[in-house]
Amino acid sequence: MGIIITVNGKKETIEENTRISDFLASKKLNPDKVVVEYNQDILNRENFENSVLWENDVLEILRIVGGG
Amino acid sequence: MDDLFELGEKKMKSRLIIGTGKYSSDALIPNIISESGSQVITVALRRIDFDSKTDNILDHIPEHVQLLPNTSGARNASEAIRIAKLAQAAGCGNWIKIEVISDNKYLLPDGFETIEATKALVKDGFIVLPYISPDLMVAKRLEDAGAAAVMPLGAPIGSNRGLRTRELVRILIDEIDLPIIVDAGLGKPSHACEAMEMGADACLVNTAIAGADNPGTMARAFAKAVQAGREAFLAGPGATSEFASASSPLTGFLE
Repeated sequence: MGIIITVNGKKETIEENTRISDFLASKKLNPDKVVVEYNQDILNRENFENSVLWENDVLEILRIVGGG
Repeated sequence: MDDLFELGEKKMKSRLIIGTGKYSSDALIPNIISESGSQVITVALRRIDFDSKTDNILDHIPEHVQLLPNTSGARNASEAIRIAKLAQAAGCGNWIKIEVISDNKYLLPDGFETIEATKALVKDGFIVLPYISPDLMVAKRLEDAGAAAVMPLGAPIGSNRGLRTRELVRILIDEIDLPIIVDAGLGKPSHACEAMEMGADACLVNTAIAGADNPGTMARAFAKAVQAGREAFLAGPGATSEFASASSPLTGFLE
């Protein structure tokens, strides 16, 4: 059974007991190069390993890009 | 004596800040930084697009350069504050260019929301550089709020139209006791030079360099223009006059 979370505004089904670090790895993202907002709070990188995702969680995953 | 540009707690030689948007490839950026001599570089924060593979822009920015993330995308103060904190968490340090825009046609900044965001972020220890329309009263409120500089626009963002706000920027230079950084609309080196001759402390340029046929050469041209304008300002331009005034002696020859 999977759970449904919202990532960058889109619903996504993931496996139960997925940690944020697992989720980033599944997307081939380097955790040092992204910033994660977890249910509206900024999540420190040290906590990626011990944060487990639950049904209806909301993730924003952002990165630095070019800008003026 | 060195003429250094003091901003935040930094003293810098370069008075040209460059943006990193609109380049066809981020790999061009190291050359632009080197040709421009810029010591402050703007970047932005965006949602990751899982469908397109892109590299990391920070890999292309040398460590000695001060990052200046902007809050582009923010439509009000609370969104700007949120983006500033995310940018800090992303490793950009504590400098932030506040950009609060809800007008999609001219991309003109919202002065009221900008002031609110500045107040909050200064309290949180950020070095705050707000992008504004050149409005004296907004600039005064920002000075009171603890902004590190004000960044009035020369013309709408990306328009390359030059220093259309000349008279209002001149008033800010005269009245505001903070660095004045002309940001947006400067399309050619002569525009930047003009702003510096008037006494602006620095210029921020993105589109005019990124959109040039040869961005590296244009970055170098802007750096020279900013430097020339600064030196002219320091030199103190002579008086203008309505009539001619001969440069060579008019007497004592072939009487």
